[in-house]
Amino acid sequence: MHTKTIAELAAGLKAGEFTSEELTKAFLERIKAHDGRLNSYITVTGELALAQARAADARIAAGTAGPLTGVPIAHKDIFCTDGVRTSCASRMLDPFIAPYDATVVRRFKEAGVVMLGKTNMDEFAMGSSNETSFYGPVKNPWDLKAVPGGSSGGSAAAVAARLAPGATGTDTGGSIRQPAALCGITGLKPTYGRVSRYGMIAFASSLDQAGPMARTAEDCALLLGVMAGFDERDSTSVERDVPDYSAGLNNDLKGLKIGLPKEYFGEGLEAAVASTIEAAIEEYKKLGAEVVAISLPNTHLAVPTYYVVAPAECSSNLSRMDGVRFGHRCENPKDLEDLYKRSRGEGFGAEVKRRIMVGTYALSSGYYDAYYLKAQQLRQLISNDFKKAFEQVDVIMGPTTPTPAFNLGEKADDPVAMYLADIYTIAVNLAGLPGMSVPAGLVNGRPVGLQIIGNYFDEARLLNVAHKYQQATDWHSRDPEGFN
Amino acid sequence: MEWEVVIGCEIHTQLATKSKIFSGAATAYGAAPNTQACAVDLGLPGVLPVLNKEAVRMAVKFGLAVDAEIGKRSVFARKNYFYPDLPKGYQISQFELPIVGQGKLAIELEEGSSKTIGITRAHLEEDAGKSLHEDFHGMTGIDLNRAGTPLLEIVSDPDMRSGAEASAYMRKIHSIVTYLGICDGNLQEGSFRCDVNISMRPKGQEEFGTRAEIKNLNSFRFVERAVEYEMERQIAILESGGKVVQETRLYDPDRDETRSMRSKEEANDYRYFPDPDLLPVVVTDEFIEAVRATLPELPDAKRQRYIGELALSEKDAAGLTAANATADYFEALLAASGCEAKLCANWVMGELSAALNRDGLAIEASPVSAAQLGGLLQRIADNTLSGKLAKEVFEAMWQGEGSADAIIEQKGLKQITDSGAIEAIIDEVIAGNAAQVAGYRAAEPEKRGKMIGFFVGQVMKASQGKANPGQVNQLLKSRLDALL
Repeated sequence: MHTKTIAELAAGLKAGEFTSEELTKAFLERIKAHDGRLNSYITVTGELALAQARAADARIAAGTAGPLTGVPIAHKDIFCTDGVRTSCASRMLDPFIAPYDATVVRRFKEAGVVMLGKTNMDEFAMGSSNETSFYGPVKNPWDLKAVPGGSSGGSAAAVAARLAPGATGTDTGGSIRQPAALCGITGLKPTYGRVSRYGMIAFASSLDQAGPMARTAEDCALLLGVMAGFDERDSTSVERDVPDYSAGLNNDLKGLKIGLPKEYFGEGLEAAVASTIEAAIEEYKKLGAEVVAISLPNTHLAVPTYYVVAPAECSSNLSRMDGVRFGHRCENPKDLEDLYKRSRGEGFGAEVKRRIMVGTYALSSGYYDAYYLKAQQLRQLISNDFKKAFEQVDVIMGPTTPTPAFNLGEKADDPVAMYLADIYTIAVNLAGLPGMSVPAGLVNGRPVGLQIIGNYFDEARLLNVAHKYQQATDWHSRDPEGFN
Repeated sequence: MEWEVVIGCEIHTQLATKSKIFSGAATAYGAAPNTQACAVDLGLPGVLPVLNKEAVRMAVKFGLAVDAEIGKRSVFARKNYFYPDLPKGYQISQFELPIVGQGKLAIELEEGSSKTIGITRAHLEEDAGKSLHEDFHGMTGIDLNRAGTPLLEIVSDPDMRSGAEASAYMRKIHSIVTYLGICDGNLQEGSFRCDVNISMRPKGQEEFGTRAEIKNLNSFRFVERAVEYEMERQIAILESGGKVVQETRLYDPDRDETRSMRSKEEANDYRYFPDPDLLPVVVTDEFIEAVRATLPELPDAKRQRYIGELALSEKDAAGLTAANATADYFEALLAASGCEAKLCANWVMGELSAALNRDGLAIEASPVSAAQLGGLLQRIADNTLSGKLAKEVFEAMWQGEGSADAIIEQKGLKQITDSGAIEAIIDEVIAGNAAQVAGYRAAEPEKRGKMIGFFVGQVMKASQGKANPGQVNQLLKSRLDALL
């Protein structure tokens, strides 16, 4: 059962080939058997999952089931889950039992989707390697010496190792697409505002967006259909109809115009990754697509812009973690200042502290104009690049990352090198566009992702473009050795 | 040296919305601690603010009432600082682009003159919670019921030049916001509080001196007293060659002095930046016009109407229109009684106000309704009651003894207007006071006018106050003069 896609599992449940309880048990057993090697889950909610599975089976029997009722998935531990620890992989929230469900979690619950547990991640989603987690790093199932990427590294590794058929992730600067690429799965970051952020613990509010991670584009379409939609609890969510993302998956790609930005194929891109992406483009040409050379001239500004905007917002967003009302509180505080300093000092890890300090500096009086305001102006330039490009092309393609997964510890002491590895994904968040990563090959046994960027609210087209490629190739259906 | 005081005010008015500015929790005052604070007010991880449109409508209403420019596009910003009763570690306020821009209003001064005071701006923001230092044995309790209550902060230009002007300004703003129904105006419960900035400069100098800010004044009288104290304090410092320190001070009404408050902003850089969780507030012309259509008659217009149409004095008109509830009562009384405006005004400003003050009641809670009082005034107008009897009846009504007519009937307080009956009493009085009658007859004609008072008193006494005083006077005079 564990090798089936979500679409296949949903069909099997509907046909009565197996029950949700059997299916859920099978995945819980796989987690028990294999996650010791990966550390992809922070919390496994076995009892709850089985109860949800039995309720789903009852719905299926009663004929009131939705398309995904009874399918189990995992949630990134950044989504609040009522009655279940929601840690954001931080010591700060290790004791935090959320008293409510995030909108994304609620929507899956209402659809009858079973939650297997909460997946590991970089602390507060700050990181690209999953090494900043308070609960220890996640290993890449393709090579246990390699990182799974981050910040949604637990979700990516769990899906890749078939410890969940699908999972939720969040993407602030590449946190769905980069780990999807490094773990050889399919991940989609929707347009900013497409999915509600309510109950998703904020890192950088103007960039954060939740999305699906699964083996196939077809599965991502099914998951996104549940997640997407306006939420009156999130003022930045957009009131716009949600299309049937599965309807156009098989649309013909003849005449599709693919833009290849020269900036995404320049210095820093590993040759073997470049040739893998080129091969994928060739595949698209065979499917009838046309390739257009384009330029996104402000690409080099994306990383510095991001590392002003994201830390600035996070420095404010994380202020509520003060040891007063919830989360970690230091022992025997002497006074208020001591309470703040020690609770936060003990509760946050090094990367989180680094970003809070950078952001606090960028917002401080006398520096605001030079940093935050300037970064917002650059953000506009970056958005304009894409706007111009989409006047000529339907989608933009390139590598998701410049290299396959690096080794654990390799960049841990060099934050700037780590930041630069996100060069191709970050601009998409700054512009608020949707982007996907699709498995496109292996380099030295480690997966490589093809990134597909679309225009605003063009998720259906992205899924169609990815699905057609997956119909023609089998990179997405390969299993990492040791987890098949 | 002759000194001039320069005063500017920041008034925080709590808007009378049913729910909070960014959450659905109730705003009612006086609930048990933390029973009116939802997940959003508690600043739990993952929650997001959603703007209460009613607060925007109220702010625009205020802006229109003071002839202000309405910000067509206003922006919420985060004011970042740590304090236990500030759950998110930032207050959502407006900084660069407020909802209400430059406006103005006229204040009336004692000597009957008026002065225009500029309004710099008014912006929307959320209130913080309360720290409770008593009853917690060395610890501090936090009550977040007030957290998220909508406030409109109204900032004046530094246009006031005396404590009386500052107090008149505060009264005027109080009058406007209660007329508009956007604030309950309750000073005791903190719904309306004023911070006053005070500085001194040599008369004739244009440059401002260093100011001190007196926080949280919740009485018109305290504003005046605090300004006067602060003027003396600052002049004493300046005249002895010292410098005024820019600081926040508190006014202690028991000692009638201001004291330096350990200023928390000294070390604070609020790191304002636009709140990425909230979209800019866009106000259309249609919305503004729709709000304009709901503006009630404002105090100035009402006062002019009372003077012009009802022929009331400036003093009566000002008194009746200072508070909307008083004007409403007066107009209801006018309609119910059908009596002259002057008589109605005298009773509202006289007997009724005195009784309300004595019992510490607001006019809305008056035990004698406008309709009841109207019944009483009709009996004055038709000469059933003398002024003195009317007061007696009013007192009985106040004690809940029924309508004017019922009380008159029950107590037999009907005025005696029958000339025959009055003459019979006069005859008795003349017969029983032969010495005084002889004195009257012997007196110089110009002294007799005064002497008649004695007889009037005797007649009134004999009639138990019921004889119509006008008639008594007239009949006595003709009877005594007939004896000459």
